[in-house]
Amino acid sequence: MVGIISYGAYIPVYRLSRELLAQVWGGAARKGEKAVANFDEDAITMAVEACSDALGEVERNADGLYFASTTPPYREKQCASIIAAALDFPVDREFFSADFNNSLRAATSALKAGFDAVKSGMARKVIIATADCRLPAPHSGSETLFGDGASAFILGDTDVAVEIEGIYTIYSEFMDEWRKEKDTYSLTWENRFIFEEGYEKHFPRAIEGLMAKHGLTREDFSKFVLYAPDAKRHAAMVKRLGLEPNKVQQPLFDQVGHTGCALVPMMLVEALEGAKPGDKILMANYSDGADAFSLRVTEQIENVRDRRGVKRHLDSKLMLANYGKYLVFRDLMEWEPERRPADVSSLTSLWRERNQFLRFHGGKCRSCGTVQHPIQRVCAVCQAKDDYEEVRLSDKKGTIFSFAMDERAMVKDLPNVSCVIDFDGGGRYVGVLTDREPEKVRTGMEVEMTLRNLHDGAGIHNYCWKPRPVRVLQGGENG
Amino acid sequence: MAESIKDKVAIVGMGCTQFGERWDVGLEDLVIEAAYEAYEDAGVESKDIEAAWVGVMYNTTAAGTLASPLKLGSIPCTRVENACGTGQEALRNACYGLIAKAFDLVLVVGVEKMKDVGFGGLAGSGPTLSGTEAWRPVYFYGVSPPTRYALAATSYFAKYGLTPEEGKRVLAKISVKSHYYGARNPKAHLKREVTEEQVMKAPMISWPLGLYDCCGVTDGASAAVLCRTEDAKAFRDDYVVFKGFGAASGPGMGKVLTDYDFTWWDETEGAVRQAYEQAGIKNPRKEIDLVELHDCFSIAELIATESLFLCERGKYKEQMSDIDAYHLEGVMPVNVSGGLKSFGHPIGASGCRETYENYKQIQGKAQDPSRQKKKWKTDQRLALAHNQGGHPGKFACNVTVIGLP
Repeated sequence: MVGIISYGAYIPVYRLSRELLAQVWGGAARKGEKAVANFDEDAITMAVEACSDALGEVERNADGLYFASTTPPYREKQCASIIAAALDFPVDREFFSADFNNSLRAATSALKAGFDAVKSGMARKVIIATADCRLPAPHSGSETLFGDGASAFILGDTDVAVEIEGIYTIYSEFMDEWRKEKDTYSLTWENRFIFEEGYEKHFPRAIEGLMAKHGLTREDFSKFVLYAPDAKRHAAMVKRLGLEPNKVQQPLFDQVGHTGCALVPMMLVEALEGAKPGDKILMANYSDGADAFSLRVTEQIENVRDRRGVKRHLDSKLMLANYGKYLVFRDLMEWEPERRPADVSSLTSLWRERNQFLRFHGGKCRSCGTVQHPIQRVCAVCQAKDDYEEVRLSDKKGTIFSFAMDERAMVKDLPNVSCVIDFDGGGRYVGVLTDREPEKVRTGMEVEMTLRNLHDGAGIHNYCWKPRPVRVLQGGENG
Repeated sequence: MAESIKDKVAIVGMGCTQFGERWDVGLEDLVIEAAYEAYEDAGVESKDIEAAWVGVMYNTTAAGTLASPLKLGSIPCTRVENACGTGQEALRNACYGLIAKAFDLVLVVGVEKMKDVGFGGLAGSGPTLSGTEAWRPVYFYGVSPPTRYALAATSYFAKYGLTPEEGKRVLAKISVKSHYYGARNPKAHLKREVTEEQVMKAPMISWPLGLYDCCGVTDGASAAVLCRTEDAKAFRDDYVVFKGFGAASGPGMGKVLTDYDFTWWDETEGAVRQAYEQAGIKNPRKEIDLVELHDCFSIAELIATESLFLCERGKYKEQMSDIDAYHLEGVMPVNVSGGLKSFGHPIGASGCRETYENYKQIQGKAQDPSRQKKKWKTDQRLALAHNQGGHPGKFACNVTVIGLP
């Protein structure tokens, strides 16, 4: 049996209410809110979050990681490899990393590729990560619609929680939306043409194809997870397919927005959060063709109930107080030139010290047991030389020992809350607290680590780990 | 067998530029202004100098910073640097050059031109600048100097049970004192008194530190002419000698080890212990007349006062319930020059400038007679200067005690 062993999702903590957008641009307010990545987040960091959620305490023993996104932070340079390293997968053995880009259907393409790899026996475990952080043009329909988010699945052939029973996939050269090399925003055509000749024609074909191929009918499924370009088209498609509304997984448009590549996978995660063993789910995705999956939930689903997934991330949020903050986060204006020196970086240094900053390892002295970050070749306590083992600190919680809030720092989101944190189990780190409400920061506050892009010095995304207030407390309560 | 520096080296001349935003002068002008004042004070010229040390952090053209503007002959010229503790680092190296009898007369200049950059704050205080953080693009990123000290303030408040409001009020009294003396010091950068309420309500720089908790960004230079004590009489009668010179660079594991709390400074304690022992000081509060300590931030003055053993750890608030204690004729006068806070803090210059203040006070020549100390605890007129570079948890510190022979 091949399928999903574990799932995870990620929704940035910040939300922008559509009412606020209406206040800025005029017109009637649309329903709900959209998730907005913090200024230090991108598709790589969000994918790492979703993967960490899916991995839980699981050993880092996958055979590959596929990353799907239409907004990879690098146009040239694989992102899956950065994600795998941040997640601390070993580099000294066979591992297949790959990026799936350029299509809103890329996540299910990656899922199918992962399924094929496990099914064929080429891999035992494959991680499918997907994240999108699509930039909508200000004052456009996309600005109201688009949201940021991520999800991850671990595929394997043992302890399968969701069996992938069948897949049917078609391609199409149809142009729904596109971006050329230098386009900032996606382009499209008259929407009736796009929907009538594109989505409404091709999408049902994949579903019909799946049913015909595997001898299934609508009645075999307890849940339908269906892609749609927006809420209106989703409702129309449900009607067209003749589905009972209570069997249809609602898209996340109202609370999160259209999360691009990650939309259908995140909807699947939300469906799985409410699924029972024995449930059968039809998942279908669209763009440049369509993919349909027949899924069966097993007893193992009970073992992955503690994931933050969609629901717990949805409940943990901070509302953006104004549109200005959003402009700053997405860097949407030409700002006053900074008179201070620009950020600098060194690829040599980042590479040399990758274990302690990208993998976030500390050194644990073999002689006295003290955990130290950055790694000290000579132990700061017992002076033992080169006698330590590397320990992963990215998955440790900690508490704020001291903090300061810098109002003049050269960062987009002031104040820059620097804090000294002490990790549970040892080790100390001075880092910038992210996803925080400055007025709520206290000494003793519990924090967890999150990968972020610190700055773009030297034209490099300088990723490292930042502390943030624990988003979801033990037992699912929100931090 | 190593010997103490006590009474071996004499200061026979000192100079100090006007501190401030010196739009009209460059680095070389500052060097000339300070050095020539020291020359005049000592009655010497460039041709008399046998070796020179320059303490400068940003302008790193090594000894050329000194040799070119002063037209020094072909003599040894050394640049030293230890961040904000650079000035005394230069003094210390010069002292040991004399004690080794490698030279008979040497020049020390501490200088920094900070206001040519076009913005407030320190030039290039990014993560790639100094220490073991060199070329680390992500470690300690964005932790500005005010923030490094603010972390100590937050921790100090928490440890000793002060609310942020109470803590800030203790610090405000320190800043009020600094500005009081800055206003009475002609060469100071910030010559304006402030009230406690102004300090409390000032714009935040890095919480809990506000504008008046932070020193200005200043241009300036200070210079000294030194010789061995046995030769000092040839230059002047009222020369001043070193009684002790302690230095300590800690391993700086405050950011690494969880048992460090940022509220006391190991390196300061290490350096001052050496200086007290060399000078034979048993009870600093009873024996030392004047203290110029490194108050780049108000919290730095508070913690340094404790770490120099002028006040018990954690007792600053109680022992300064009467701030008069730290005023000119109080029990333990601290920073009656205005300190780095109000006199100004050109990085490489401050350590020399502190010694300049102490030297002039001991000679009875303090800038502005209202600031001249009149009552002295002993005939030695012991004055301490404390200068450190780095940040809480990782310092390089120098402490000098000077006095009459």
